[in-house]
Amino acid sequence: MDVLKKVPIREQDPKVRATNFEEVCLGYNKEEAMEEASRCLNCKNAQCVKGCPVSISIPDFIKEVKEGNFKEAYDVISQSSSLPAVCGRVCPQESQCEGKCIRGIKGEPVSIGKLERFVADWAFENGVKPSVNAEKKNKKVAVIGSGPSGLSCAGDLAKMGYDVTVFEALHELGGVLVYGIPEFRLPKEKVVKKEIENVKALGVKFEKNTIIGKSFTIDELIDKYGFEAVFIGSGAGLPKFMGIPGENANGVFSANEYLTRSNLMKAFKESDTPIMIGKKVVVVGGGNVAMDAARTALRLGSEVHIVYRRSEEELPARVEEVHHAKEEGIIFNLITNPVEILSDENGWVSGIKCIKMELGEPDESGRRSPVEISGSEFEIECDAVIMSLGTSPNPLISSTTKGLEINRRKCIVVKEENGETSKDGVFAGGDAVTGAATVILAMGAGRTAAKGIDEYLTAKGN
Amino acid sequence: MYSILEAKELVADSIYEFVVKAPNVAANCEPGQFVIVRTDEDSERIPLTICDYDREKETITIVVQVIGASTFKMKSLKTGDAFSDFVGPLGRPSELIDTPIDELKQKKILFVAGGLGTAPVYPQVKWLHEHGVDADVIVGAKTKDLLIMEEEMEAVAGTLYITTDDGSYKRQGMVTKVIEDLYAEGKKYDLCITIGPMIMMKFVCLLTKKLELKTIVSMNPIMVDGTGMCGACRLTVGDSVKFACVDGPEFDGHLVNFDEAMKRTQIYKTAEGRAYLKAKEGDTHHGGCGHCGGDK
Repeated sequence: MDVLKKVPIREQDPKVRATNFEEVCLGYNKEEAMEEASRCLNCKNAQCVKGCPVSISIPDFIKEVKEGNFKEAYDVISQSSSLPAVCGRVCPQESQCEGKCIRGIKGEPVSIGKLERFVADWAFENGVKPSVNAEKKNKKVAVIGSGPSGLSCAGDLAKMGYDVTVFEALHELGGVLVYGIPEFRLPKEKVVKKEIENVKALGVKFEKNTIIGKSFTIDELIDKYGFEAVFIGSGAGLPKFMGIPGENANGVFSANEYLTRSNLMKAFKESDTPIMIGKKVVVVGGGNVAMDAARTALRLGSEVHIVYRRSEEELPARVEEVHHAKEEGIIFNLITNPVEILSDENGWVSGIKCIKMELGEPDESGRRSPVEISGSEFEIECDAVIMSLGTSPNPLISSTTKGLEINRRKCIVVKEENGETSKDGVFAGGDAVTGAATVILAMGAGRTAAKGIDEYLTAKGN
Repeated sequence: MYSILEAKELVADSIYEFVVKAPNVAANCEPGQFVIVRTDEDSERIPLTICDYDREKETITIVVQVIGASTFKMKSLKTGDAFSDFVGPLGRPSELIDTPIDELKQKKILFVAGGLGTAPVYPQVKWLHEHGVDADVIVGAKTKDLLIMEEEMEAVAGTLYITTDDGSYKRQGMVTKVIEDLYAEGKKYDLCITIGPMIMMKFVCLLTKKLELKTIVSMNPIMVDGTGMCGACRLTVGDSVKFACVDGPEFDGHLVNFDEAMKRTQIYKTAEGRAYLKAKEGDTHHGGCGHCGGDK
């Protein structure tokens, strides 16, 4: 064994998986996990923990894995995370825990994400559930949204003994874990449903088909239904478009629509909800959502191009997703930006006109900003375009809640240290606060707010 | 699950009415808003404008026309059955709700309903009637058999004008002809609200623009979540792109780009047709549709 290298992970063959929706990564078995765990240096001043938005005691759980004490490993993780099977699969480990791993200086970092996933999956298989010991507090807290921030906040509050009810607008629980992230990256029955069952086992109640801001308001939750605190984890909202000509042509979709049809409405298998299967699909954008949309289209049988205005180095998607996408045959048209969507006489997409870019000086984000090369326009023939440019927050809550401060970008304003909003007893976190970000950052915000809510209700007394 | 307290066939094999127990929706809904309904686990999320509500009985009335696989399934639902999902109220209420009653009383208001659009027009006319404002209503249907809610509408409308395309009942001709006739008789209105097929709303708007009559339309584009997430329902209103589910469904009809909106309703036509045939004919379908390949 080469200690400088990760124990290789087993994956479905790219050629095979490009035609199915089964999970790409097959995960470690016991032996592989224990071997990988033995690469951990068990640093005293562990940098990896600092890189984790929910501060999992990473060296402690890995030490248990190394010794084959998987139940103990699970207990360590579930003290900090409500959704380890999800995070092990979708966190950008390379820029978080694994990015800080000392092993990574000379060789490859410890495969922390894959170990976390192994432990969580082992717990599912062996019926191990997170435990609650806290005394029941007779206080009701409402959580809006059953996505990562809501689940994490609800789980933490339940563990502290609060009476928590989660309100979900859609007909399925899980938020972006269900409508956004595809089956091949995050299995719904095997992983998401089970994680939610675990949160239910902590005593959390769930109300589906209830849209706060419409079915009832936050003020009603507090005044009429007796909730003493509210957490808003309503997630990202309206999809962004570029504002270029032709964007309303038939065959142009937001990534949200495309993925919701496939994932939530199960259009990828038998269902009443249709999805357009293009011959040649162009996905615009370079984030995780763009990769998900592209790989979904590929699996449905389309030839897929990704058009992104910066270079590969700047792709915001997880390294593993880009790697997988390439392996599966997605074609990358980088440093290229769309200028117009072309359509035929019936209003259907027939192509996309793009312009080549070059990288100029770094902008305020530190990334080199792309500049158009004049006269370099060219056309890509295609029959569908999927716009994956991020989202702007949903206005339903902010427009119906008096006293809730929002910023210029329509995001809810909170105190970073405890998630408190400008409205008494109301906390918020996740994409509703930050704009489109990651699952783990949303979970971290949910955790922070759970602590904030506990402090608030404790100070409030009876 | 959301119980169906009453299921009624309004037009044979085509239009159905359901009174559904939905306390959260009934408590807060207003005329102009819509709900999203799913019959069962495999069904689409179908947006339907609220046709009536009863806050005390905690019920919502919806009217559905069978046009695809998921609405076909609704056809077999009886009193005592249930919808698996029923969420709302969605969208913004009609502008009328926020207009001072005194102001409304001074206005001559004309509703123009076409086909199934009669159902969502009803709660607005009823709301006005309950607030002492009697609005005139034009209801158009292809033929007598497809006319719905005549009695209910009669009870709340100022004057009700009914027209059928084929002349099989009352007046003959399109709804636009009735508007022209009324104006020719010297009638004048300050506000028009029209709900019906997009093509009808388009022609009503072309006419009312000439008549300088402010016109509100209720758009029914394709939606998936209906909560402001997917962007499928986007349409061009004036210079900007709006989402019908959160910015609408009601818009200034003179600013809506109807040609684009109508074109966008065609996106899934083939796939929907295929799913509908499958639901309707089940295993008995062996080709002829041109899509399934059964005839090859």
